Amino acid sequence: MNASQQAAAEQFKDRAYSRKEVVEIIRSVLGTIDRDSEPTAKLHQELTTLVAYIDGMRTELAQLRSIEISHNHIPAASDELDAVVDETAKATGTIMDACEKIGELAGGLSPPFSTELANAVTSVYEACGFQDITGQRITKVVKTLKHIENKVTEIISAFGHAGQMTVSGMIDRDDKKLLNGPQLKGNGSSQEEIDKLLAGFD
Amino acid sequence: MAVDKNMNILVVDDYQTMIRIIRNLLKQLGFVNIDEATDGGAAIEKIGVKAYGLIISDWNMEPMTGLDLLKKVRGDGNKIPFIMVTAESKTENVLAAREAGVNNYIVKPFNADTLKTKLASVLGDF
Repeated sequence: MNASQQAAAEQFKDRAYSRKEVVEIIRSVLGTIDRDSEPTAKLHQELTTLVAYIDGMRTELAQLRSIEISHNHIPAASDELDAVVDETAKATGTIMDACEKIGELAGGLSPPFSTELANAVTSVYEACGFQDITGQRITKVVKTLKHIENKVTEIISAFGHAGQMTVSGMIDRDDKKLLNGPQLKGNGSSQEEIDKLLAGFD
Repeated sequence: MAVDKNMNILVVDDYQTMIRIIRNLLKQLGFVNIDEATDGGAAIEKIGVKAYGLIISDWNMEPMTGLDLLKKVRGDGNKIPFIMVTAESKTENVLAAREAGVNNYIVKPFNADTLKTKLASVLGDF
């Protein structure tokens, strides 16, 4: 490499290129190739194939609706999993409140009832350890989902947004079966609100 | 020498459920002075102001893991008995904790008998 080529290489080192820039660079190289020479004919063919591949990848990504994946599906899945952890923590807390109460009452009884009750309470405490394990596993899954979300966002940035659905088009999730399932905090109606609603029909 | 069940014990875990489980199991074993911390930093602060006879810590915490906490405690020249209670069961993790100076290692999920056995191995029979 001569000095000016080296300087140019240094200038563009460690820089990220968009899909459009890569295609433009390849096209400009193609424009300088003498197609009549055998080795460069092959290089020309390879570069043409590469441009077609990159353009094809962009079309496939647009069909994949990758914005929808990163902005809709993955955050929704993360929210649902976070809700699982919260709900199981709450339920476990309630179970342990009851066990602590039972433990206190057991202290006022005589054997063998006190011993048997204490053993039963111990078994419940041991079983409640499930919430710690499941919570850790779910947190790992959520981290993985967020990592995927970041990678998809990077790919979207690299290949551009043309052909992607607009944000307003993303509300219609392909999970109509879940519409009747448990609602996240803040969504859905409380028991009281539903009772009031139904009472209005009486 | 009999185990002093009035000793101060510090339980460190970022999951409140696990702190409650360990606390209740320790109470059933007769230990009455149990403090808690939900991260390594808070644990270090408590260790700085109170004399503990035992630390029971989770591994997977952020930003300071249980291993970091152990290394900090031992690095400060503190020989407090330290039991790691964790879902981390890979051999290399156990060895890393051993090398850092852990006294015993309990894999989650665990039962009350295991906790008692490991406590006895560190504190003496009770």
